[in-house]
Amino acid sequence: MRNDASTMGDYQTKQTFETFSFLPQFSQQDVYAQVEYIIAQGWNPGIEHEHPSTAFSHYWPMWKLPFFGEKDPARVWSELEACRRAYPDHLIRLIGYDNYAQSQGMQLVVFRGRG
Amino acid sequence: MAKTYQAGVQDYRQMYWTPDYVPLDTDLLACFKITPQAGVPREEAAAAVAAESSTGTWTTVWTDLLTDMEFYKGRAYRIEDVPGDKEAFYAFIAYPIDLFEEGSVVNVLTSLVGNVFGFKALRYLRLEDIRFPIAYVKTCLGPPNGIQVERDKLNKYGRPLLGCTIKPKLGLSAKNYGRAVYECLRGGLDLTKDDENINSQPFMRWQNRFEFVAEGVLKAQAETGERKGHYLNVTAPDPEAMYERAQFAKDIGMPIIMHDFLTGGFTANTGLAKWCRKNGMLLHIHRAMHAVLDRHPKHGIHFRVLAKCLRLSGGDHIHTGTVVGKLEGDRAATLGFVDLLRESFIPEDRRRGVFFDQDWGSMPGVFAVASGGIHVWHMPALVAIFGDDSCLQFGGGTQGHPWGNAAGAAANRVALEACVKARNQGREIEKEGRDILMEAGKSAPELAIALETWKEIKFEFDTVDKLDVA
Repeated sequence: MRNDASTMGDYQTKQTFETFSFLPQFSQQDVYAQVEYIIAQGWNPGIEHEHPSTAFSHYWPMWKLPFFGEKDPARVWSELEACRRAYPDHLIRLIGYDNYAQSQGMQLVVFRGRG
Repeated sequence: MAKTYQAGVQDYRQMYWTPDYVPLDTDLLACFKITPQAGVPREEAAAAVAAESSTGTWTTVWTDLLTDMEFYKGRAYRIEDVPGDKEAFYAFIAYPIDLFEEGSVVNVLTSLVGNVFGFKALRYLRLEDIRFPIAYVKTCLGPPNGIQVERDKLNKYGRPLLGCTIKPKLGLSAKNYGRAVYECLRGGLDLTKDDENINSQPFMRWQNRFEFVAEGVLKAQAETGERKGHYLNVTAPDPEAMYERAQFAKDIGMPIIMHDFLTGGFTANTGLAKWCRKNGMLLHIHRAMHAVLDRHPKHGIHFRVLAKCLRLSGGDHIHTGTVVGKLEGDRAATLGFVDLLRESFIPEDRRRGVFFDQDWGSMPGVFAVASGGIHVWHMPALVAIFGDDSCLQFGGGTQGHPWGNAAGAAANRVALEACVKARNQGREIEKEGRDILMEAGKSAPELAIALETWKEIKFEFDTVDKLDVA
């Protein structure tokens, strides 16, 4: 197959936010599934947020404390929503803290900010 | 009680075949596959291997009586049939820990795979596995960072890392090479890699390459907001040049360097791993020459031994092969040594070729790198087989995309994330791989094109599917 210029696309560099940021924005149902995965692994869900202009640093402000022992995805979702209401311009990410590996098992940006 | 000296040649088995011996927790244990010359009894061949790889030589010497040979000798303590092979057998040998210098895989290998491999009474000899006692593991520094620290540094969680080796592997100028790196990274790869053959040839001297690559890495990082890296190969003719290149990589702000641990040698590798630990650098390890050592089923060293030695010597990544498209046995054996690289305790499991329990204690794990001949259609199988703590490297599968490296990178990244998302939702990604990829391609034209481009490789796709049901 000849690689004609007219058949080629232009790939535009995107600002992205690590895991799952190359997929379309997650629906509420998608987020529930990932929260359930985090809980099923025995990890603890947590929420962080930051303005996109300073999002490159490792540390983003925490939204409250990680929800240790939380089993209900609906409560995690409502906290994500509350964080978004408080910081509508911010990136908001969901963390799964893995205390066995002493690291994060999961991190995904759920809301990518307004505008 | 004093012994008397008797000159002459004794059967090895008198001293080195000890079937009643119960190995100590501190012993280093080895399993050899031995194919003796015709007429050599198994016990004698096993004892000979134990002797020649520890304290023995072909004749008795008077100086044997100046030491406590019962304390220092290696002991052949068990013999087993090799299933399906009438000539070969497994010999298990225990070595006292004081035979080896602390923290030196060099010293261990010099004894275990030294002169004994040329021993005339044997037709073939293969070192299948070594159990390193935890007491010995604790004397080795191991990976400079390990899986968790690398994840924290690169801020990448919950998925395999995504990489690519820059091609053509020889002949690009430094500036064109840096372009290829930049395109891959801006398109969504986490890491790119120097080919192992690239050191510092006339067409691209190392310093020029490092400088142009660094610009590509830093620009892609700034534009995407994600952390990026390129394995700068510091394998060099001599240790001084190796350290000079490593230091330069650090000075220009690069996070990761690369070394070929077999051609470079374990002394160089262990030294470089120590340097990386001291300097906060990640270390990718290539394994050129491994097939010379590990491919023959009856002679040489199995890769699981080389993988264990690398974990002790130090490295944050090591190539393991891809499994896909190969035989089932390969899959089981590969998963066996992938566990040996990443886990803290690995129980004996003959179905995976693991001959001993191996306790690593707190030694960090090593990322398994799957690289070579893979493309987007393999993604579901790769994610299922290797799991999150792996680095999947698509060379041709990135740079062979009809729109170029950036689009190829994006295609792989979308495919990877779609597979991880589906897995987390509880879907069987190997069985449902086609649906998952086609679905993801609907909102990502780069992936749709990639799926179309490589769709002819139908045979490989079918093979990938079959692996699931076994």
